[in-house]
Amino acid sequence: MDLLEYQGKQLFARHAVPVPDGRLAVSIEEAMDAADDIGYPCVVKAQVQIGGRGKAGGIKLAKDRDEVGEHAEAILGMDIRGLTVHELWIEEASEIAAEYYASVIFDRSAKAPLLMLSTKGGMDIEEVADEDPDAIARLHVDPLLGLQDFHGRRLAFEAGVDADVVRPVGQMLAKLYEVFTAEEATLVEVNPLIVTPSAEDGGSRGVRALDAKVTLDENAMFRHTDNAQLRDISGEDPQERMAKERGLTFVKLDGDIGILGNGAGLVMSTLDVVAEAGGSPANFLDAGGGSKADAITNAVEVILSNPKVKAVLFNIFGGITRCDEVARGLIEAFNQISPQVPFVVRLDGTNDKEGRQLLAEANLPNVFTESTMDDAARKVVELANSASPTEADS
Amino acid sequence: MSILVDQSTKLCVSGITGREGTFHSLRNREYGTDVVAGVTPGKGGQDVEGIPVFNTFAEAVGDTGANTAMIFVPPRFAADSILEAEDAGIELIICITEGIPAHDELRVYNTLRKNGRARLIGPNCPGILSPGKANVGIIPAAFFREGNVGVVSRSGTLTYQIGNVLAQRGFGNSSIVGIGGDPVPGTDFIEVIGMFEEDPETELIVMCGEIGGDAEERAADFIAENVSKPVVAYIAGFTAPPGKTMGHAGAIVSGSQGTARAKAEALEARGVRVGRTPTQVAEQAVSLLGAAA
Repeated sequence: MDLLEYQGKQLFARHAVPVPDGRLAVSIEEAMDAADDIGYPCVVKAQVQIGGRGKAGGIKLAKDRDEVGEHAEAILGMDIRGLTVHELWIEEASEIAAEYYASVIFDRSAKAPLLMLSTKGGMDIEEVADEDPDAIARLHVDPLLGLQDFHGRRLAFEAGVDADVVRPVGQMLAKLYEVFTAEEATLVEVNPLIVTPSAEDGGSRGVRALDAKVTLDENAMFRHTDNAQLRDISGEDPQERMAKERGLTFVKLDGDIGILGNGAGLVMSTLDVVAEAGGSPANFLDAGGGSKADAITNAVEVILSNPKVKAVLFNIFGGITRCDEVARGLIEAFNQISPQVPFVVRLDGTNDKEGRQLLAEANLPNVFTESTMDDAARKVVELANSASPTEADS
Repeated sequence: MSILVDQSTKLCVSGITGREGTFHSLRNREYGTDVVAGVTPGKGGQDVEGIPVFNTFAEAVGDTGANTAMIFVPPRFAADSILEAEDAGIELIICITEGIPAHDELRVYNTLRKNGRARLIGPNCPGILSPGKANVGIIPAAFFREGNVGVVSRSGTLTYQIGNVLAQRGFGNSSIVGIGGDPVPGTDFIEVIGMFEEDPETELIVMCGEIGGDAEERAADFIAENVSKPVVAYIAGFTAPPGKTMGHAGAIVSGSQGTARAKAEALEARGVRVGRTPTQVAEQAVSLLGAAA
């Protein structure tokens, strides 16, 4: 689950990671009041889960209340690469002496958290990694030992941060690692991590997280019920939300052939085989192992809620899933919603004969059965291509 | 021969008294697997159709000599159960449970690696089937028979699909190993492919990968340097968009990392045949075996 910038910063604050003071606003009035509260100059920042907000005009500096109002009006409702801005983060402006980059990522290859630090912050880190890989200092942390102080110091020296901020940068890394483990994140990224020009208490300059990119592990939400409420529903596709509410694993795609299968690998493979046959899948839908009839009925409703769908392919290889249950679910779906598009059904595996028999007896309109995955894919592509154009095409 | 599970397997099932746990334990026993015990805290002394239930793994191992564990408990208890099995001296732990928190998986993986006593297969996997010998997990055994093709896969149903096509052409399997669809699998392609290379019964290896991570790329290097037997591969997810988790927690293209194309190219560059569809993979396997016969 990806967090918005302000949600990430609120998590940071919980773990004493230094962040600029800020307030959330969802209207122009709220934005101006928040700015009055914080003081000027301040920054008006669009809250959407996508990079390139600054370039798109979603981040603006304001010197007084009127300017905050102007920027808020311009940014609220703005479309940034397909996402509409509903929320603003009003934040005190920071003076910047240097921009660094810091992150903790879940490195699945090394099976350990990977800490990265660079003095080349403020730009796309993948570009830095390509052009100047040595500019990024890296360190794998033994998750059983955890991050020690010397790790932070070593990384700071290796990255070549200014000598007077080695200690505060090291402390910041320790706190980011704490966020990573305590909140069970799979990504904690700060870009830029800034050095402020004026000396703070200890005589050294200060550091702050000016941005926050945090991804939390969905599987760990049962231990973090407060974080579970941070889900950004406005950023979710309505069809994906509908599927989630019904307990289905669903990903929306661009094409016009609805797909249902059992097992993530088989469904992914089905998408590929349909594409190979010249078709374009409209979704990924894994009905899961042991799917019962009502799950199938639910899934059909979700698939058909996309008006672009011209034909649907069921690809079932029954292991725990019983093909007769799948057939019953499809028949029930036809009783409830009488679909207007053709279905191709491939049933193989456990109770496949019973399933095919049920379908034959039900004699559903526009339902074709095939015995292999490849034939089923070819058939559904043929049907989708010969279907009359839907409203969505015009 | 076969790998990992066979007639010497003595299985203890964690979560045996749950609905799914009971169902699959009995199915495994019916197949011929020696299911010697179950563990459910608080239900020690009971039995499931004659299989004794213990409160702890330590007791189960002490009383029955169990050497293999199958984990069937809900995700929030699974890491603890794996660690308990390892602590009790179980050498092979097969975790079926899906949805274990990523940080739990990290802790378990690194603890097992550090101690060096037990091997973990999974989590989020269908288990291991050695046809004619033992079935530990949820693989529908009826579709597979004994033979010379070793299969290792990140996906369950995809394995059944490929195995089924092979069976229709008359070929069987030495072992079928599901390593699971999570980001931190206890055992990787490389380790299983290494075991198949050593297994005299296995004459051809099929590996089924999917998008996400770099396990397939690393396997490609390993195969080029260490494997003399023919390997045929399949990669699922050519049409998967970046940034979307395709069902399995580990199946996600991050930026330009983990694409099916990159994996297929890495394998092909090292002489591994990659089928574009499951049927093609099975056909390639059949033609290689036919040529060898």
